Parts: sequence; C-alpha cells; structure tokens
Amino acid sequence: MNTSFDLIIDSWTLEELTEAYPVARDFFLNLNLPPLNPGRTLADALLAADDAWLAEFGLTCHEIPAQLAAFLSAMTAPETIREIASITIIGGRNKLGEPEDVELRVEAGTVVSVVGPTGSGKSRLLGDIECLAQGDTPTKRRVILDGKALCEDERFSLEGKIVAQLSQNMNFVMDLTVAEFLEMHARSRAAGQAPAGKTEQVVQTCFSCANDLAGEKFSLDTKVTLLSGGQSRALMVADCAYMSSSPIVLIDEIENAGVDRRAAITLLARKEKIVLISTHDPLLALSADKRVIIKNGGIFKVLETSPEEKASLAEIGKMDDMIARIRRDLRHGERIKV
Amino acid sequence: MKMLTVAGPPSSGKTSVILRLAECLEQRTGVIKFDCLTSFDKSRYDEAGVPVQIGFSGKFCPDHFFVNNVEGGVAWGLRRGLDFLVTESAGLCNRCSPHITGVTGICVVDCLSGVHTPRKIGPMLKLADIVVITKGDIVSQAEREVFAWGVRQVNAKSQVFFVNGVTGQGAFMLAKKASAARDVDSLSDTRLRFTVPAAACSYCTGETRIGENYQMGMMRKMEYDL
Repeated sequence: MNTSFDLIIDSWTLEELTEAYPVARDFFLNLNLPPLNPGRTLADALLAADDAWLAEFGLTCHEIPAQLAAFLSAMTAPETIREIASITIIGGRNKLGEPEDVELRVEAGTVVSVVGPTGSGKSRLLGDIECLAQGDTPTKRRVILDGKALCEDERFSLEGKIVAQLSQNMNFVMDLTVAEFLEMHARSRAAGQAPAGKTEQVVQTCFSCANDLAGEKFSLDTKVTLLSGGQSRALMVADCAYMSSSPIVLIDEIENAGVDRRAAITLLARKEKIVLISTHDPLLALSADKRVIIKNGGIFKVLETSPEEKASLAEIGKMDDMIARIRRDLRHGERIKV
Repeated sequence: MKMLTVAGPPSSGKTSVILRLAECLEQRTGVIKFDCLTSFDKSRYDEAGVPVQIGFSGKFCPDHFFVNNVEGGVAWGLRRGLDFLVTESAGLCNRCSPHITGVTGICVVDCLSGVHTPRKIGPMLKLADIVVITKGDIVSQAEREVFAWGVRQVNAKSQVFFVNGVTGQGAFMLAKKASAARDVDSLSDTRLRFTVPAAACSYCTGETRIGENYQMGMMRKMEYDL
C-alpha cells in the first residue's frame, strides 16, 4: 500500500517531498529531528543525523523512511463520503424499560425536528444516530442506513464520517486562534492533499460566514476560547456547514445562543441532506417536514407537519420577528411598547 | 488469557475506560494498576467486581517498576483464571511507554488536554495499537476531529476510538477490537516496544542535595546559551 510513497521517499529530495506533501513537515516536527538538508533525499540527509539523537527516540535511520511512508499514506488517504438515501431508526426501550414501538425512516432532503421536555431524551436520540447505535446504547435503538444493517467494520469506518453534528457544547477548549483552528480542521478534513490555496479559501469562507451569523464581530486572531457563546456557536455552525460534506446533519438546540438561528438552519440544511433538529423553538419545530415527540426517553409520537401548521408558519414568523425586534430595542436602550 | 497494556496521562480516564471495557467484554477481566504514590481506584474496581492488584512504585522509577513487576502480574492473572488481564499505568513519565511487543497496547488521552498533547506524550501514544480518546462529549465535533487528527499525525497506524467513560458510548467497539488481542501465557523473553529512561546516579539512591559535588554516575548535562 505504501509502495508509491516508498519510491517517492527514495528518489525525491526533501524539498520536493515537502513541496508536494506539506503534511510531511508535521512528521519531522513530531520526531523533533534536527534540521535535515532539504537538497538531499531522506536517506542521504539522515546519514548526517546523529545516531545517538535518533536512538533517544527509539529510531534508527533505516526505520524513518518506512515510517514516513506509512504516515503519508495514512494522512493522504482520500476521505470518501458515502451517499445516504435514507436512515431508519428502530425503537429500543424508553427510560421506564417499556418497548419503543417505532420504525422511523428519514429520506435525504427531509428535515425532522425533535421536540419534548428538557431531559426527555432528545439529545440521546441524536447521540444514537451519531454513533450509528446497534442496540448497544442505553436506549437499545438501532440505526440502519439505506435499509441495510451495518456490519461492525462498516460502522467503525463510517463513525464520525457521515454525521455532521452541532451539539449543545458551545465552548472551545483548545488553545488556538480562530485562524489556526479553522486551518487545522480544514487540513484534517482534506487529508493533507489540499493545496495551500484551497485550505485558505475554506478558512476564509468559514470565517466570514461565522461573522455574518454572530451578533458581534471577531477577528481571525481571536483565541477560540475567548469567543462569546454566540460567536462560538456561529463559528461552529459555519465550520459544520463548510468543512464537512456529511450527508446527515444533527443540530442540538440551536436557539440557545446569540446567533441568527434561521439563517444557520438554512445554511446547514442545504442540498439533499438528512437533517434532525432538536428544538424548543415553535418556528423551527414547525418548519420541519415532520416532528418526533420524545417522552420518558423514548419516541412517543411522530407527526407529519399538517397543512394547517404550515399555513400558521407565516403568523408564527411574524411573532418571532416581533420578539426579535423587542430584544434588539431592549439591547439598544429603547423603550418598549407592544 | 488475553492481555492489554493501558497507559495514558493522569486523569485521562483510564480507569473509566477499563471499567466500561470490562462490562462490554463480558469475560473474567482483572486489572493490575501501577501507580506511584497513591491510588483511589481500588474501590472503583472492587465495586464493579473486577479483581485488582495495586502496585506502588514509591521511590523507584515507575517505568522500571512496571517492567520488573509485569511478569508477576501475568502469573497472578493465570492463577486467578482470568480471560483478560489489563495493566493500567499512570504516573509514567511522558518519555515512557509500557507497551510490549505481541501484547495489544492502548493509550488513553482526553481531548480536553490540549491540542499539542498527542505530540508531547511520546511513545506511549506513538507505539500504541489502539488510541482511545475520552471526554469527547464535552467539546464540539470540530474540536474532536482536530484532536483525533493530532493523534493520527503521531500514530498513523493506530485505530482511534472515542469512548465516553461516563455513559460507555464507544466501549462496545473498543471491546470488539480488544477481543482480538493475542493470548499470553508468559512475558518471558518478550520485549518492551521502547526503552525505559536510563539513570544510575547518586539521585537514584536517595541523594537530595543539589550541586556538582553530589552528582555521581550516569547523567546528562544541558548546554546553555551564553
């Protein structure tokens, strides 16, 4: 599998190598190698390296080229996105241990809202989909893709790849600036192959989109840990929308933060995706094609959005706009009169 | 008896992951916990009904202590009739790794620990067969992916699993993978995947005074700038 990289590493100079595969620089950084002559091949350059130094890292100069080949082959493996036409959630048991007698099928291009009291198990349903549960989570639910059960290998290889998730976690913990964070994420997604220009482009798109969504503006140099709740959320929405092409999108309670939630949903539900939104927001709940009602940790009902409900949306939208206006006026020190 | 070596920085969630793993394995699993000074994990294993032995390295280098005692641990596991023996080592220095050739090695890291942690913890991660990332539920998917990418950069060959130590999510897949571990009857003549740090100097024998006069044996001096 590494044969082509073995050949490249054998014959190319380090300069040519890092030019073609910028991710190779990370390999050398991780080994803490002393500077190598860029004009030579790896094997030649390593001849000049101190064996004692290499030994500290448990390496010999013969192993390094093979390790680099393995590294490049893993880092540049193309990320293939599987198309998904439908998912089916087969009920398990609710918190009371009663059977959850449901088989919910969601087709691509459908938006489903998930409603229910706080703590009823909305996030759990999204969690089951995220990990492609096969009866091994507390709910004992099973998730089936395109009508077929998943074998374990498929599940493992798909986990984390077909689902883009926007969770309730609004805070960042990494000590990185917005630019560094987006760049690292873009590189991790692009499997090291993307030319530098493409990465920059994705970073810029995410950044300006996040700034459009957020109430207050932030810069590329801002540490992600210093972003406000609304800014973090906006950045996560933009990241979710532009970094990943996952066919399933899970959104957990987007209204809880200071972002333009309708714009965010429109952005995330683009294209033929399967979208599930856990929400307490009437407008979002009724904008969906159907809604799942959760009670006691289980799916209690599944309702199609009725024509009357759809007709009511305009009216509810007006109320929502009114609340938004009142909120804005309050923030700007205006007097309120309705 | 199958065997796993589990290593990871302090408080990364090793014990929780092992307990979740033991639940999923549904086989007789025992643990040897290697620690330095104190350990509060015995009661957690006892509560879960997992037989455990605790070893404190005390004044000895924890890595050397591990190597000197791991073979006895295998004998203990066999005497106890275990199907699975797990060694858990905390307090290893970041230069070290308890992984043994022919024994499935697991490294547990938590994704709250900083984006550069995978690079810092060295051979215990680099030479692991399986890397388990914990506390992923606390951060966004984007951060999880960036962290996992950092792990893959250091160890491209490993399989990476996200395990939630609180709910157990992910432990099932880990158990499937761990079940493929090889049978071990003895560690005699097997090898560590990485050397333990060397030292045979005055400080190894209890010297505490600082100064050239007290420094004897094998040691390394830094070269400082002017």
